[in-house]
Amino acid sequence: MPLLEMDRVTCVFGGLRAVSGVSLHLNQGELVGLIGPNGAGKTTIFNLLTGVYAPSEGRIQFDGESLVGRAPWRINKAGIARTFQNIRLFSDMTVLDNVKIAYHNHVRHGVFSSILRLPNHFRGEREIEDKAMAFLSIFHLEGKKDEMAKNLPYGEQRRLEIARALATQPRLLLLDEPAAGMNPQETRELMELIRFIRERFSLTILLIEHDMSLVMGICERIYVLDHGTVIAQGTPEEIRSNPKVIEAYLGEVTS
Amino acid sequence: MTTFIQQLINGLSVGSIYALIALGYTMVYGIIKLINFAHGDVFMAGAFVAYFSYTGLHLGFFGSLVVSMAACAVLGVVIERFAYRPLRKSTRIAALITAIGVSLFLENAGIITVGAQARGYPNMLPDTAFNLGGVTVSTKQIGIIALTVVMMVILQYIVHRTKIGKAMRAVAYDPEAAQLMGIDVDRTISFTFAIGSALAAAAGVVYGAYYSAIDPLMGIMPGLKAFIAAVLGGIGIIPGAMVGGLVLGLIETLVQSLGFSLWRDAVAFALLILILLIKPEGLFGKHAREKV
Repeated sequence: MPLLEMDRVTCVFGGLRAVSGVSLHLNQGELVGLIGPNGAGKTTIFNLLTGVYAPSEGRIQFDGESLVGRAPWRINKAGIARTFQNIRLFSDMTVLDNVKIAYHNHVRHGVFSSILRLPNHFRGEREIEDKAMAFLSIFHLEGKKDEMAKNLPYGEQRRLEIARALATQPRLLLLDEPAAGMNPQETRELMELIRFIRERFSLTILLIEHDMSLVMGICERIYVLDHGTVIAQGTPEEIRSNPKVIEAYLGEVTS
Repeated sequence: MTTFIQQLINGLSVGSIYALIALGYTMVYGIIKLINFAHGDVFMAGAFVAYFSYTGLHLGFFGSLVVSMAACAVLGVVIERFAYRPLRKSTRIAALITAIGVSLFLENAGIITVGAQARGYPNMLPDTAFNLGGVTVSTKQIGIIALTVVMMVILQYIVHRTKIGKAMRAVAYDPEAAQLMGIDVDRTISFTFAIGSALAAAAGVVYGAYYSAIDPLMGIMPGLKAFIAAVLGGIGIIPGAMVGGLVLGLIETLVQSLGFSLWRDAVAFALLILILLIKPEGLFGKHAREKV
């Protein structure tokens, strides 16, 4: 059984069919790419998967359970985390606090034990701190833990977003253009990092990306979206030679 | 000089009350961008709950304070749940009008249940005045200022050091990103209302003890003044509300001591107009950026 399955999902805003009859699935442990021209509906799919939008039609199942109608924070608890195309860190908080917030759900101690400083407050706080630092060190951000998130350079903000998403302990990670605005060197490092966290946390990853070298380099399968529908799917080689894909990206091919 | 110090202490006492109420305004605004005009009436409810706990149940000052804070925390959560949450996705003006409706509801519910006439407030705090080099300070005033400081320290601790406090800041900053990080936004908003309302209740008790009389419409003026204080400090900014409250209290007392008692309220509202004209983001506010 696939870990994630979207079955003929449609999402309509007013008269606009942002996503129309999309079916896709991810097996446990796969790294799958989602590509397509601007406005094809890629980010809408992420918003459907995380519960921000509700589908107008169709089913979405994660680990055998329906996600339709569930609150975003419950979906996150069930094991789906994401990053954002336009970075959405908690800018006025420290780097460490950004990650701590994401890990909080996994530690039980209430506000009263915090105010009264009961022993489980300290135990909980120490666990959160240790874990958060561990996530930061994976992304080489441990030296910046006390800086405000907004003061980090762009590439580091992108990495912090992934660290924060990982701290919610997901099984499925949705990355929305993680390499946007990075230079080729940074993109290569990011590829390594994505491979590494996938192994380390046994993640399943769905990746939206415009950088073809990244997508073709690390994805095992690719879905191509255009005008809200899946126009092609397959391995990177199949996608590269698919005439429909070439058409969607380059305009109609006249031969 | 002694007169000045005298007025300073009086101003801080009044300002403490404004600050406690302003905190609730500012926290709620920070998290759901709503001016909760019913907040002043929660303050009134707090004063009455403590009144009945003290005179009817003989719980003493601290007992009555705790009962009143707890009751108002529940009241705040209920108001949010039934009046504001259904409107969370509608326009801000709809929520604002609803807030005014809730305010009128609470005032008139108060008039029906406890009567419109003012009641004398029991002397909950010991009231001995002593003289420090010409300056008269009452134990009441010390109690009020001390209580306010304690509340503010606890609030700062909750907001900056606890899980729920961090969740509050995250939701205030970006509710959508926060819920995608596993934060239960509804629960966080409820908690914000609970804390804000508990602080308003504390202010109500203190107000009763300071002015010795309460009535169901007592929340209107202090509520508006606290709103001014919150705007003065920068609405949505917690330290701003504290400073705004104290500054407003000091200004009012100053105006009064110069012999312009009748002008006191006018000066407060003129101050609001001035801030909105000159520095609408408030003393502590940064220039608002549009989030893209």
